[in-house]
Amino acid sequence: MAIALVLVPLLFASIAFAVPSGRWRPWLLPVGAAAHLALTVAAVQAGEVSALDGWLRIDPLSRLLLPLLSLLFFVCSLYAPGYLALRPERKNRVFCTALFGFLAMMSLITVSHHLGLMWVALEATTLASAPLLYFNHNARSVEATWKYLLIGAVGIALALLGSFFLAYAALVPGLETSLLFEDLVRQAPQLSRPWLRAAFVLLFVGYGTKMGLAPMHTWKPDAYGEAPGLVGALLAGGLTTCAFLALLRFYQICSAAGEAAFARELLVTMGIVSMAVAAVFMARQRDFKRMLAYSSVEHMGILVLGIGIGGAATFGALFHVINNALAKGVMFLSAANIHRAYGSKTTDAVAGALRRVPASGALFLVGFFAVTGSPPFAPFLSEFTILRATIDAGRYGVAAGFLVLLFAVFVGMGATVLAVVQGEPPGDVRETGFHDRVGTVAPIVVLLALVILFGVYVPSGMSAALWDAARFVEARP
Amino acid sequence: MSSAVDSLLVVVLLLNFMLLGTSRLGAAINGSALQGVILGVLTVFVHGSFGARPLLVGVAAAGIKGLLIPGLLHRALRDAAIRREIEPFVGYVPSLLLGAVATGAALLFTSELPLAHGHADSLLIPSSLATALVGFILLTTRRKAITQVVGYLVLENGIFIMGLTLHEAMPLLVELGVLLDLLVAIFVIGIVIDHIHREFASLDVTRLEALKE
Repeated sequence: MAIALVLVPLLFASIAFAVPSGRWRPWLLPVGAAAHLALTVAAVQAGEVSALDGWLRIDPLSRLLLPLLSLLFFVCSLYAPGYLALRPERKNRVFCTALFGFLAMMSLITVSHHLGLMWVALEATTLASAPLLYFNHNARSVEATWKYLLIGAVGIALALLGSFFLAYAALVPGLETSLLFEDLVRQAPQLSRPWLRAAFVLLFVGYGTKMGLAPMHTWKPDAYGEAPGLVGALLAGGLTTCAFLALLRFYQICSAAGEAAFARELLVTMGIVSMAVAAVFMARQRDFKRMLAYSSVEHMGILVLGIGIGGAATFGALFHVINNALAKGVMFLSAANIHRAYGSKTTDAVAGALRRVPASGALFLVGFFAVTGSPPFAPFLSEFTILRATIDAGRYGVAAGFLVLLFAVFVGMGATVLAVVQGEPPGDVRETGFHDRVGTVAPIVVLLALVILFGVYVPSGMSAALWDAARFVEARP
Repeated sequence: MSSAVDSLLVVVLLLNFMLLGTSRLGAAINGSALQGVILGVLTVFVHGSFGARPLLVGVAAAGIKGLLIPGLLHRALRDAAIRREIEPFVGYVPSLLLGAVATGAALLFTSELPLAHGHADSLLIPSSLATALVGFILLTTRRKAITQVVGYLVLENGIFIMGLTLHEAMPLLVELGVLLDLLVAIFVIGIVIDHIHREFASLDVTRLEALKE
């Protein structure tokens, strides 16, 4: 089952590469995504499965994140044909193939319990997403792709060095070296402490780069700014989630070794730093796609902060992973529509989106309230859970900083979003021929509906999966 | 066996300095290629046996790091018709000094940490860290896209040496996966370099400055 989750998207990737028609190829995306979603549902219901000598295993974390990633990809794949039809001048063969490859590697990361294999898959997502970023083939997108590749490759190289340090920490006391997650958790109490700590720092920097935590976030505004909106949604909701999962696995090993206090301090500090950097750069941001990138930096900060606080905040952080992915999908896809409608993505040329593209403009505005954690949307619940747990833990300074930064982000982001949606469309804007259509609006509505649903009612199956995953992360031997 | 390993590692360390000191891009690519071949040979020596697995990984490493990737880079260099690194952000003498400091720091760091049995008087771990650091210096102080890629390769070489200490933990599949990822990465980077060249008529990464706050 776990193997099929990886192989089926790869099969679709090769079909997409072989199909000669650029007009029909994009319709493969929803078909393949639906197949993956069906497999995911079956895999989650089958319970704990392992394959390939324990290298692949569907554990509580995979049961939580796999449906999320599959669903996000499915919604984006519904959006893709409508989007690609707007860009008939661009060939989409490599684009569609890379999208399926990206899905395959994301699935591999979520089910992989061999840390070396997980690394290979995470590096492969970087490579699969490079052609996605470079879809527009212009000077700006080549610059963004270059920075993304180089910074991503160096970050992930440091993560590999960290993984090796971790394995070496077992070699020092003469244990059998292994990169299997279960073995490392079992051996954790005997691991050599200095090597373990050095490993965690390297892994944190490495996978933190992929997540886009400040100050390793510099690739993010460029990449998200230049990527097509649907790629931005997949990177901000999917790839960052995968990198966060990788970080969680190493956090579990660290806390099994009794080094949780050390790891948590690092997580809380970097969480606050990321939120602060995002708040500063979001103020007066004229490019609304870059603004979304800083919003992503902020939310990554919230995630690691939640894990660093622990207890109920772990539950909040895992819930926030889901809410962030869905709300980011709403924002990136509606931003892409506005970008298409105006042929520009800065507030210098974009205004009055509510008049020009009423549906996309409204979704962008509502998405803004959701993503900044206003009630009744789901991110409000998860952020509130983290805040309450922070206060319960007696970390009043952190809680105050968290609140102030959330507010600063709300104000900074609000100024840009309102400038985009309000007012009159500028008179001199050229006619791009883009109007709201079912194909490019309905998928966003689906995502927004989920964000609202989870804000008022969490289905019992999901809440059980969340508690399972939170207990799994927090488990002490 | 261990004396052979150490002499090979000394060559790797010397190549680090040659890479830091050269301004010729072709020489830098060849330097990293030679490092790659040495790593392939080292794989066989460190395993201490001539079994199928060390041979396979060694040949794959030497082939990919020593032959395929340098070939790709040389082609990119020829297409771009450039020879030299011009005015790096940090000059050659300062970067040599930085390299010396990095190597010293790696030796010092290793002597402070507890090491596994049999690694205490081996150069494996210090040279791994020193090579990774030198790769990092090259990456951050050079202007040309190709030298930055060479820096990334040297960083990967350092990590590969660290991996040699763990050959029991690293299944063949993962070792080959890492090498394959590296190859594809350089392939994709090569394509991007080609596009940078076409868009900007230069491989100077300081021209990539449209995207900033």
